Amino acid sequence: MMAPHIVLKGVRKSFGPKQVLNGLDLEVGKGRSLVVIGGSGTGKSVMLKCILGILKPEAGEITVAGEDVIGLKGEARDQYLSRFGMLFQGAALFDSLSVWENVAFGLTQGRGMARAEARDKAIEKLGHVGLSADVGNLHPAELSGGMQKRVGLARAIAADPEIIFFDEPTTGLDPIMADVINNLIVDCVKRLGATTISITHDMASARKIADDIAMIHKGQIIWRGEANKVNSSGNAYVDQFIHGRAEGPIQMDVLKA
Amino acid sequence: MNPLAILGRLVLGFCAETGRIALFARDGLLQGLTPRFYGRQFWDQFWRIGYTSLPVVAMTAFFTGGALALQIYQGSSSVTAATLVPNIVVLGICRELGPVLAGLMVSGRVGAAVAAELGTMRVTEQIDALVTLSTNPFKYLVGPRLLAAVVSLPLLVAIGDTIGVFGGYVVGTRSLGLNSFAYIKNTVDFLHAGDVRSGLIKAAVFGFIIALMGCYHGFHSKGGAQGVGRATTNAVVSSAILILAANFILTSLLFGK
Repeated sequence: MMAPHIVLKGVRKSFGPKQVLNGLDLEVGKGRSLVVIGGSGTGKSVMLKCILGILKPEAGEITVAGEDVIGLKGEARDQYLSRFGMLFQGAALFDSLSVWENVAFGLTQGRGMARAEARDKAIEKLGHVGLSADVGNLHPAELSGGMQKRVGLARAIAADPEIIFFDEPTTGLDPIMADVINNLIVDCVKRLGATTISITHDMASARKIADDIAMIHKGQIIWRGEANKVNSSGNAYVDQFIHGRAEGPIQMDVLKA
Repeated sequence: MNPLAILGRLVLGFCAETGRIALFARDGLLQGLTPRFYGRQFWDQFWRIGYTSLPVVAMTAFFTGGALALQIYQGSSSVTAATLVPNIVVLGICRELGPVLAGLMVSGRVGAAVAAELGTMRVTEQIDALVTLSTNPFKYLVGPRLLAAVVSLPLLVAIGDTIGVFGGYVVGTRSLGLNSFAYIKNTVDFLHAGDVRSGLIKAAVFGFIIALMGCYHGFHSKGGAQGVGRATTNAVVSSAILILAANFILTSLLFGK
């Protein structure tokens, strides 16, 4: 096996008294697609934000390509972040900018590419996610949810990143559009050969885009394996999650009458 | 509830908030006002904060100048009115009312708009998206707004002062029957450059307060639409109070013995 691309060791993060990441360990191989599954509030998004440096963990190590990345500042941080692309849950498009300016944002603002050149590149990336060039002149508010997600995907891949994060890429979409997005993710990732971490609770999506699946519960990885082994994990938590049962070892905080 | 505990919590909360605002101001200055600069963002904000506030500031100044003239006329005898009305109008407008009222009006308009815009960007993860696109939000969002407000408030106040004095002149000469030539001569003779300068210094400080409060509360808003609403209210209330407090401090520094 190749040396892991992203490594998290004993990462801890809490908000006030609430411990969200509780000594989380995770490795992702280069060019692999890891899907992290787990219920709401188990620390999935916080984990991604720690890797990106948006949040700072209290303890633990995060290395990317062998380099310690916690607490990077200034130029080094910009350099580090330019290796990433991220698709946000709500697409997080800048609503003051047109669609193509959104897609080209990392190129024009982050890397200082000329606008005309960045525009061509943005139109090309929009093509990769199945959107025509005229969509580029619209504003995000004029697009449907599925189109916004696709624009978000185009923006995430615009700068040809080596690592891409997908935060609940299919949440809030109809099943067909969800599958379209899954296919686009698989295509785009293959084309770039990028390492990806996706977080989701949509099992159909997880099965489609994952090489490996890891399950997070209470801020720790409790199971990890290849995607096709998820049905025979032998882990009661994973079984409960992938079959979507209310009864099992994972107790939701619901008051019983 | 223990009343001492409530008092203690209030005091601690106030201290913590003051500290957070101070740190935010430091980041805004050190990161926001150092290269790299986003010129287009600055001009956009300059237009929105400065130019579009002009009608509001102009009308406020005009009516205030007029009302001031009426009141001073009431308080003076028919002999002294010809000098007292123009003298006190120009002094009151340039030293105090011009900058304070313009500051309060702009905080309602611009402080609220900035807090709402950045607050929405925060809750829809657009600010996180900026970070992942290698763009420092302090440089891209906070810096241009701070600079635009600090530059445009003195300009607005300079125009507002002129219109305020004109308001006093219109009321004084049209409705109070003062001689128009004598009114202008009294105004010019009585006014010193220092009076105007002090007002412009105040305006720049107020501009900083407005943009800082708008950005701070927007940046730290959480919890969806309600959170953004709260951020907007807090931005306006806190900047209004800080403007009045800063005005008192600046007046005692600039004119105090």
